[in-house]
Amino acid sequence: MATASLSGAAPPVIELRDITRRYGSGEAEVVALGGVSLTIRQGEFVAIMGPSGSGKSTAMNIIGLLDRPTSGHYLFQGHEVGQLDQDQRALLRRHYLGFIFQGFNLLPRTTALENVELPLVYKAVPGPERIERARAALARVGLAGREGHDPSQLSGGQQQRVAIARALAGSPTVILADEPTGNLDTQRSHEIMQLLTRLNRDEGLTIVMVTHEEHMAHYASRLVVFVDGTVQSDGPVQGENLHVAKGG
Amino acid sequence: MLWETLRLAVRTIRRNVLRSFLTVLGVVIGVAAVIAMLTVGQGSSQQVSASVQSLGSNVLVLRPGKRTMGPPTQGETTRAFTLRDADALAELPVVAAVAPSTSASVTAVAGNANLTTTVTGTTAGYVPVGGWTMAIGRNFSETEGRSGVLYCIIGETVREKLFGRADPVGQSIRVKGLSCEVIGLLSPKGATSFGRDQDDTILMPIRAVQRRMTGNDDVGSISLTLAEGVSSASAQREIAALMRERRRIAEGQDDNFSITDMKEIASMLTGINAVLTGLLSSVAAVSLLVGGIGIMNIMLVSVTERTREIGIRLAIGAQSGQVLMQFLIEAVVLSVLGGVIGIATGLAMAYVAAQVMAIPFTPQIGVVLLAFGFSALVGVVFGYFPARRAARLDPIEALRHQ
Ligand SMILES: Nc1ncnc2c1ncn2[C@@H]1O[C@H](COP(=O)(O)OP(=O)(O)O)[C@@H](O)[C@H]1O
Ligand SMILES: [Mg+2]
Repeated sequence: MATASLSGAAPPVIELRDITRRYGSGEAEVVALGGVSLTIRQGEFVAIMGPSGSGKSTAMNIIGLLDRPTSGHYLFQGHEVGQLDQDQRALLRRHYLGFIFQGFNLLPRTTALENVELPLVYKAVPGPERIERARAALARVGLAGREGHDPSQLSGGQQQRVAIARALAGSPTVILADEPTGNLDTQRSHEIMQLLTRLNRDEGLTIVMVTHEEHMAHYASRLVVFVDGTVQSDGPVQGENLHVAKGG
Repeated sequence: MLWETLRLAVRTIRRNVLRSFLTVLGVVIGVAAVIAMLTVGQGSSQQVSASVQSLGSNVLVLRPGKRTMGPPTQGETTRAFTLRDADALAELPVVAAVAPSTSASVTAVAGNANLTTTVTGTTAGYVPVGGWTMAIGRNFSETEGRSGVLYCIIGETVREKLFGRADPVGQSIRVKGLSCEVIGLLSPKGATSFGRDQDDTILMPIRAVQRRMTGNDDVGSISLTLAEGVSSASAQREIAALMRERRRIAEGQDDNFSITDMKEIASMLTGINAVLTGLLSSVAAVSLLVGGIGIMNIMLVSVTERTREIGIRLAIGAQSGQVLMQFLIEAVVLSVLGGVIGIATGLAMAYVAAQVMAIPFTPQIGVVLLAFGFSALVGVVFGYFPARRAARLDPIEALRHQ
């Protein structure tokens, strides 16, 4: 596979080294991640699968700098970021990360354009340029002409496109998507996946995506399977790997 | 960023106008009350100082009877003054002018018009001592003032009721059935601090009133002005000594008359006015605090309702300080908006009150700025707690919130 060999040469963006995440203490302690090591390189499209409760979201939250690991090291573009404080992590999210959520998470009663502008507001991009870039982002996801629409006036698929445009608007290095097609029908799901694939292939965006649907995992170039808070298997989206995912 | 935050705040507020209005209603009421109180207070204190001015300087008023604060003592007859008392007072070097007076309630008629008013029998000294000036016509001469001639000087209210805008001088009016020629019109003074219309008056020579209306030689009170440079306290001592002698009060007995310095009354009035204004304004200020609590309450609700929005903003890269500012500015904009509405309402209320109470309407820019600043402060103080709650949210928890 051309993509795989290419990414093998690219520099690592995300390096998790023996990451653990525990909730609570004593009797009630829950080990959500029990020592996860994972390296994701520039330009990769990684799918994460695994049974419910296996730690996928926990891992995504740590990768997305929304949460801090209990122990272990997290290197983002070669810098240790695991123990940064709230505000430092907010700055990194602002400049390097774009999020896509299962529930879209658009601001209600706020137009598509204004939703997409949001990351640019926090990046202090001046008004006219901000609008320009937000429009361009909406055009990239095929929503030119829908700028003034409210989320309530858009279908689920369209809302998720607005969310993708919002993630793109800030020109992130990595897009993190936790079950982006979980709330969509099959047809819309494939459309969203095609959009993500195009962004990965044509623009070199690094994408990490959690999914529980094998069909969607096939769009990725690499599959990581979580079981009980550890990485069970890691490799191309085929054969042995898929068996593990389905088995879990 | 600040501009963006302001715009966002305005948009959020406009999104639900009714709720925003109800949120700030407390601040509106508080600010309106403070503004109205202070403006009316200022107007009435101007009124007081105007009436102090109209009393003339260094005026003392003598009245028969003890100076008592309570109700008059039973079974005690108080001897009135006489015109000779006034003459004796006029002899004192410390006294500049004297105006004895006696008054009666009468009905005055001119043509078809009539009114019930007070006629004051007095001498030529009344006009200068009382700080009056003549609008049209003339004062009594010294001899006319001490005679029984039926001349009248009328106040503006009497003129208006009996003659309208016409010139009353040379006309005659019937006072208690007696025909009396109007020789002068007093310049208007307006109401006293107690609301008595000073222009609702008729002056006549004192003997005319004594003979034809009261039917005795009594002088009800004596007003006098002091000579230039004389201290009120020492003049009062001299006057008291003279009156005690004339009224044959034995050593060790109390005075059976009182001497009042009109300035003391004026400063007392000013004091009462200031205390009342202060008191009412602080009550109003408390309602401003209650208004602030109203804002805090709704802002807390708003933070809870918008937890998900906060989560989204945090995920996208908002720092907690920025979230704090967003909610703080929203609270301040709300509160200032309430303040502005309150200022307008308060001024309108003060205007109406000034018309009703016949006092000057005196909006003060200082008070307006103070109210504006205070409402902003209320926003900061009561917006801070909800804003901090928003800023401290954990992004993952907030995103999971339904
Ligand atoms: N905030 C939390 N407090 C306590 N336990 C949690 C919390 N978040 C996740 N967990 C636990 O951690 C484990 C992994 O959860 P999660 O990462 O959400 O799984 P997945 O996304 O793979 O379904 C689960 O057992 C879950 O109950
Ligand atoms: Mg999950």
